Amino acid sequence: MRKIFLIIRREYLTRVKQRSFIVMTILGPLLMAATIVIPVYLATRANETKSVSILDETGIFFEKFHDSENFKFHYLVSDIQSAKKSFAQSGDYALVYVPKTEVTLPTNAIIYAENTVNISLQTYVKNVMGKQIEELKLQAKLRDLQTGNKEPISVDDILRSIKTSIDINTLKIGEDGQESRSYTEVNMVLGMFSGILIYFFIFMFGSQVMRGVIEEKTSRIVEVIVSSVKPFQLMMGKIIGVGLVGLTQFLLWVVLTFGIVTVVTSAMTTKEIKDTTTGQILKHDEPINPVAADALTTVQNEPKQGTNEVLEAIHSVDFPVMIGSFLFFFLVGYLMYAALFAAIGGAVDSEADTQQFMFPITIPLILALVLSQVIIQDPDGPLSFWFSIIPLTSPVVMMIRIPFGVSFLQVILSMALLILGFLGTTWLAAKIYRTGILMYGKKVNYKELWKWIRFKN
Amino acid sequence: MDLLTAQAVSKQFSNHKALDQVTISVPQGCIFGLLGPNGAGKTTLIRIINQIIAPDEGALLLNGRKLLPDDVISIGYLPEERGLYKKMTVGEQAMYLAQLKGLSHHESLQRLKFWFEKFEINGWWNRKVEELSKGMQQKIQFLITIVHEPKLLIFDEPFSGFDPINTNLLKEEILAQKEKGATIILSTHNMASVEELCDHIALIDRAKVILDGPVREIKKTYKTNSFTFSYKGADISLHDILPSSFQILEEHNDPDHRFATVNLPVGFTPNDLLAPLLSSTTIDSLNELIPTMNDIFIQTVTQQRTEPATSN
Repeated sequence: MRKIFLIIRREYLTRVKQRSFIVMTILGPLLMAATIVIPVYLATRANETKSVSILDETGIFFEKFHDSENFKFHYLVSDIQSAKKSFAQSGDYALVYVPKTEVTLPTNAIIYAENTVNISLQTYVKNVMGKQIEELKLQAKLRDLQTGNKEPISVDDILRSIKTSIDINTLKIGEDGQESRSYTEVNMVLGMFSGILIYFFIFMFGSQVMRGVIEEKTSRIVEVIVSSVKPFQLMMGKIIGVGLVGLTQFLLWVVLTFGIVTVVTSAMTTKEIKDTTTGQILKHDEPINPVAADALTTVQNEPKQGTNEVLEAIHSVDFPVMIGSFLFFFLVGYLMYAALFAAIGGAVDSEADTQQFMFPITIPLILALVLSQVIIQDPDGPLSFWFSIIPLTSPVVMMIRIPFGVSFLQVILSMALLILGFLGTTWLAAKIYRTGILMYGKKVNYKELWKWIRFKN
Repeated sequence: MDLLTAQAVSKQFSNHKALDQVTISVPQGCIFGLLGPNGAGKTTLIRIINQIIAPDEGALLLNGRKLLPDDVISIGYLPEERGLYKKMTVGEQAMYLAQLKGLSHHESLQRLKFWFEKFEINGWWNRKVEELSKGMQQKIQFLITIVHEPKLLIFDEPFSGFDPINTNLLKEEILAQKEKGATIILSTHNMASVEELCDHIALIDRAKVILDGPVREIKKTYKTNSFTFSYKGADISLHDILPSSFQILEEHNDPDHRFATVNLPVGFTPNDLLAPLLSSTTIDSLNELIPTMNDIFIQTVTQQRTEPATSN
């Protein structure tokens, strides 16, 4: 065990210290963050004035939404069913629906749209509603005070009691007036993204294992090492060491990407809130009480939680499940393929000779990626099912399916088969590896490999 | 007492037999030469001793008991195909390999420092292997092989890549290891070094041991009772003086430097050779012709290879 640990440590440290690892660790999150932030940024920048209809069953917000450069508001008087039906013909960009409330003040709204809803609209609706509700609450409080309530109440208490948070749900509305959660798109993106990431990771770190084995062969150190450790220990040590490098990189990516996205988007939304709301608040507030009004402005000016559609959609994803299953399928999928990559490295003398053996390994991975389009359209179909069960394609395909929700039983089945696949390829690869690493200057073909597999010890 | 014994070891590869019932015994504390032409099966035998590959048949005994996986710690192996990680520094690499042989971190550091000082290569510790010359790399490999002080050392072509000065240093170090009590298996094609170092040899050809024993005894059996002598005297023909049963292998009749090699029949001694000569010549020197390991190697292998052909 100590020897395997020594090997793992060497493999890990030499790679993590390499410049390419550090560059990748920094560039990866920047790229990923850019793919998330840029669409958000562009969405907030949209210039075209969009027409938005408001169906306010409470009547509280009548005439409270003000036309701006981006949005033109008009108010509907109908019920939600017919509003949704006529939505498609209206040519409106979105429909804001504030459902009727009986006792309490309304604190939630639904925005229907054909596509995903522009983030600045969401922010605006949220702000206007929040401000209006807080204003109403404040007025009620002040009336209470004036009608001779004896107990002295501090400004802080008032502010705390009127603080309101507004829930905005965004729903996609089809041509036929059918609504569906607009998160499906996010699921697709997330599924594709994690599928591609798995593919990418398996390839990147699998070929690192292969190159490592070839390096040991060409530098002729391998015989020195196998006189101290078993070839199998050397192979597994290398696979595990490189796998840990992959894991480190992945975790750093996740942390850094989230960091960048959070910082950038919160900076963007804060700016937005300031631009669109402060002026209006001041304009609309009656000078009831200078201190209270002042305090109210400060409250409004505080950066609100970033109402970001992408982030919000991401929050709708079951993250423990996503990350958990990603780690599992990445690690076991990697282990399975890495063993094969190690076997190839052992069988050849130089990287140029790897082509013929790489081919059969790449096929299932590329097939999984090619099929991803089909799988995303029909995540529960038979094709999706089978390819997410077969070990060689399951890491990629299952990851594409998971955001859409896959039955527990299927996931367990897929995982169990993947572990079996890993054991199988490792057993096979070890046989090729231990013969191959001691062969120099020999052109190897499949017939030869088959002989090696059948060698006993 | 034999440190290592291989008993009837056979190994079959897919298309050829690498070892066929090979039996050798390596006595404790000796330098054992493992000789043989290219492709004879030496490296396969060495790999089996190192437990890199397993024999199909036969057994290996270390100190009289079965060789176990943990015994790799008491073996130091310098393979013929050897190298180091090019991108790693010398020190890191040496530490890594020493620890793989079971030394603790502390012990590895201490011993490596000692050897680096002894070989005067202290300044190399932080240099990358790719910056070093081939000879420098060989030096490092050698000290990595012996750093864990194994009781069995196996050197496969240790002298390749060394200049004469470093070859000497290496030879001295091999002898020093023997002095310290290590047993050494030396596989080489450099017959001069076999002559110089080995106490015992085994000659393998085409998967079989064809000659095995202490060097002194082997030489004794290969002696042909031939003598070389140089002499002064008038122009004489040795044919006229020596008995006809004596076979003259070589005769130089240069007036300044006369010498000859004569093979005596069994039972005759150098005295029998000198007696007829003394009356007409002055003998300057007389030496018995002792076969070199080179001769023995070539003779045995060619004999072995022609024998089956003639018997068929």
